[in-house]
Amino acid sequence: MSTIFLLAILFLGFLITFQIAKASEYVGILKGEKKTFEQNNRINGFLMITFLVLGLIGVYWCNELFRDKILGDAASQHGVKIDNMLYITIAVTGVVFIITQVLLFWFAFKYQFSEKRKALYLSHNNRLEVIWTVVPAIALTVLISFGLYYWFNITGDAPKDALVVEVTGKQFAWIFRYPGKDNQFGKKYYRNINEGKMNQLGLLWDDKAAQDDIIVAGQEMYLVVNKPVKLIINSRDVVHNVGLAHFRMKMDAVPGTPTTMWFTPLYTTAQMKEKTGNPNFEYEISCDQMCGRGHFTMRGVIRVVSEDEFLLWRAKQVPAYAQLMQANAPATPGPDSTTKITPRTPAKAGAEEMNSGH
Amino acid sequence: MSNDNVLHGHPDVETAHELHHDGHHVHHKETFITKYVFSQDHKTIAKQFLITGMIWAMIGGLFSVLFRLQLGYPDQSFPFLETILGKWAKGGKIQPEFYYALVTMHGTVLVFFVLTGGLSGTFANFLIPLQIGARDMASPFLNMLSYWFFWLASVTMVSSLFLETGPASGGWTSYPPLSALGGASEGSKAGMDFWIISMALFVVSSLLGGLNYIATILNLRTKGMSMTRVPLTIWALFFTAILGVLSFPVLLSGFILLLFDRHAGTSFYLSDIFLNNSQIALPNEGGSAILYQHLFWFLGHPEVYIIILPAMGLVSEVMSTNSRKPIFGYMAMVGSLFAITVLAFLVWAHHMFVTGLNPFLGSVFVLLTLLIAVPSAIKVFNWLTTIWRGNIRFTPGMLFSIGFVSMFISGGLTGIFLGNSTLDLHLHDTYFVVAHFHIVMGVSAFFGMFAGIYHWFPKMFGRYLNNTMAYIHFWITLVGAYLIFWPMHYEGFAGMPRRYFDFSIWESFNQFNGLNRFISIVSIIVFAVQLLFVFNFFYSIFKGRKVTTQNPWGSTTLEWTAPIRPGHGNWPGEIPEVHRWAYDYGKDDRDFVPQTEPVGPNERHH
Repeated sequence: MSTIFLLAILFLGFLITFQIAKASEYVGILKGEKKTFEQNNRINGFLMITFLVLGLIGVYWCNELFRDKILGDAASQHGVKIDNMLYITIAVTGVVFIITQVLLFWFAFKYQFSEKRKALYLSHNNRLEVIWTVVPAIALTVLISFGLYYWFNITGDAPKDALVVEVTGKQFAWIFRYPGKDNQFGKKYYRNINEGKMNQLGLLWDDKAAQDDIIVAGQEMYLVVNKPVKLIINSRDVVHNVGLAHFRMKMDAVPGTPTTMWFTPLYTTAQMKEKTGNPNFEYEISCDQMCGRGHFTMRGVIRVVSEDEFLLWRAKQVPAYAQLMQANAPATPGPDSTTKITPRTPAKAGAEEMNSGH
Repeated sequence: MSNDNVLHGHPDVETAHELHHDGHHVHHKETFITKYVFSQDHKTIAKQFLITGMIWAMIGGLFSVLFRLQLGYPDQSFPFLETILGKWAKGGKIQPEFYYALVTMHGTVLVFFVLTGGLSGTFANFLIPLQIGARDMASPFLNMLSYWFFWLASVTMVSSLFLETGPASGGWTSYPPLSALGGASEGSKAGMDFWIISMALFVVSSLLGGLNYIATILNLRTKGMSMTRVPLTIWALFFTAILGVLSFPVLLSGFILLLFDRHAGTSFYLSDIFLNNSQIALPNEGGSAILYQHLFWFLGHPEVYIIILPAMGLVSEVMSTNSRKPIFGYMAMVGSLFAITVLAFLVWAHHMFVTGLNPFLGSVFVLLTLLIAVPSAIKVFNWLTTIWRGNIRFTPGMLFSIGFVSMFISGGLTGIFLGNSTLDLHLHDTYFVVAHFHIVMGVSAFFGMFAGIYHWFPKMFGRYLNNTMAYIHFWITLVGAYLIFWPMHYEGFAGMPRRYFDFSIWESFNQFNGLNRFISIVSIIVFAVQLLFVFNFFYSIFKGRKVTTQNPWGSTTLEWTAPIRPGHGNWPGEIPEVHRWAYDYGKDDRDFVPQTEPVGPNERHH
């Protein structure tokens, strides 16, 4: 019912607008084309300057409204740099934005048609044109320099002592793997993936390094505050993206091509709860690359904790292999025969080793 | 209605219909079919592109209204949606699959069918022969084919909406493996095949058109019309056509490889995939999903210039005419168009900073990307100087031109954020990106297109659009566009990802519920106002105030020397000869000097 009502209102609105529009056209003709034109021109000129003034107020107001809802403190060292870059860019582009918009609408208002005015015949001016080629070029050089300085800083090699965690995306969840005591990821091959047999990453159980790998149940990754972490990012199916809004980092998860990123968390989750005043605060991992119908539910959580808490947490984790053994204990003593290495694996496994060799 | 006489008067210039009998070059008999359907007249083809584009724009816009309903009112159900959409809106709630299909179709339709087909197709066809002084395109037949391939592409795309498994839903970029695997998404089943076929047909249309535009501009200029005398619209359309001809084939090759991966068991884009739905490991190994992204963006980036260059050309022309001043820095305008065209081919990987791209390669793309800001800045300053000390008439075309510059500045500046890879790490695929490209190539290009439509409507149909409706259209659209997209930058700063169906489970992004609702309401209003424009358009074709003078805007260019309703062949007698550039406004105490007038002995040089 309300739909019909809404449609009726919409239709009526159209009808009225149309009638007014038509009537004003008749009136215009009766008044004389010239007079109508001058009147319309004055109205639009006035609206130009009104739009400028209200628009600038609106920009300021919008900023007041949302400034506290957006960034918060960057929670990683990289994030601090990215925020710096952001503020530099906002400052430079902000100045240009205000100058150009003011000129545009001010000129439109000031030079609106008048019987008395004669347009200036000005086709070009080389000096002016050189100025506004060179000035933007310099401004951009500054932005590029800052940008690339930070970029190489952020994308450079991770520190040697970084904690290494593997993140694998699948439709529509994350799988986290820690290397275990040997600090080495075991080999894996995607055709070995078998969720029923507790092998969601396709680990090769014959590989000793795989046997102590910890696969985290649930969607929580634990990191140590102030300790660099390097993520090795994989996907099991389509392209995903590990998006970390609070750390200001992002990296695609591409099937078949592992990617990496590293950063250093600056605050524990508990500290962030305090800083933001939000008791529900979590570092969330959002999937930032369209990955199918459940894309928007692909949520992971990062718990940043102190070194001690981390060690305690890790001590409680049971390696995936041990879990499998437990489950299979009564029946089969050894690794399940169906998860044996297939003949095509060595090359693949070699590539995998390169990624995990730290 | 007696008033109609007041409104329409009697044209004092004869129309082409009367002149038609004197024209010697067009003596074939025209039936309804050859005149309105399979016409080879560039003006009719232009109108076909325009009207098809407008229908697409309404469909694409309606899609955005539907998904904005979901984003603005995620908890509410709308029973009428189920009535219209059936299973896609079960219980009055849009289903996630359908939401993604809507987003995908909205993007595809607006980017390709409206702002490429509808914009370039319309104005390249309409203006190139008329402004350079040609009777028609180099090949009117290929030109006609170009439209009909567009039509076929449209039919294919529309049909995909009615498939059991729904249309393509992997985003307008359709990245594999998602788009390659029916097992990963419903939309990647038959819908994706329809999408690829439709896009392939569209590429053919666009190539046929583009080659024709280039050939026409290079070969069919009238006597005296050197390349430095053509209006900027022609330069812009020329570079647009070059961009299209050089980059669309790469996209097509990318699509063909995708088709092979889908149906022929190849592994161009596929490797190491274990499907969650079916719990099956696929046999494909060794492919690269990133390869597709390179092929896609090699067109995808030039594509945004394919969209914006024609708008720049139209705006330059309309601005100069209505400021009664020459365009400032004609050669700089041409030079910057050229620079943008060249750079457009060298920046594609800035869409891929976070794919694991080599950081050094990334830095090269940062440099080249931000370089584009220089020619863009030159253009903006030249437009500003064009209206400076002019004598501005706020015709609807002029209003939209000013709106274009405003939008182009706003959206262009945010490009400086995203082109800088450091910031892209945070802003990539957030609402900041959505805001950026909607402003800089969505709204801007639409404003350019509206400027063109309002300005050349009298030439197209021999009647004016209604001014009052045009003013309402402009002001609500301008204000509405800023209200919709400006706050989205803030959502982007917060890292809020695009292409999310619902934000309620996210602690980091759920603070914007009120804002999302506000944006949805404004976008519905803006959409309604576009319908007002469409109404004005069709009403005015038949009932608008008649054009009674040959040159209603006091323009210098050639199209206004043709009869009010030119027949096929454009000029009844000889094609006019050109003696000067297109921007002699306000020269030597004269309001304007048409291009056809020989240079006087005492005239000063521009």
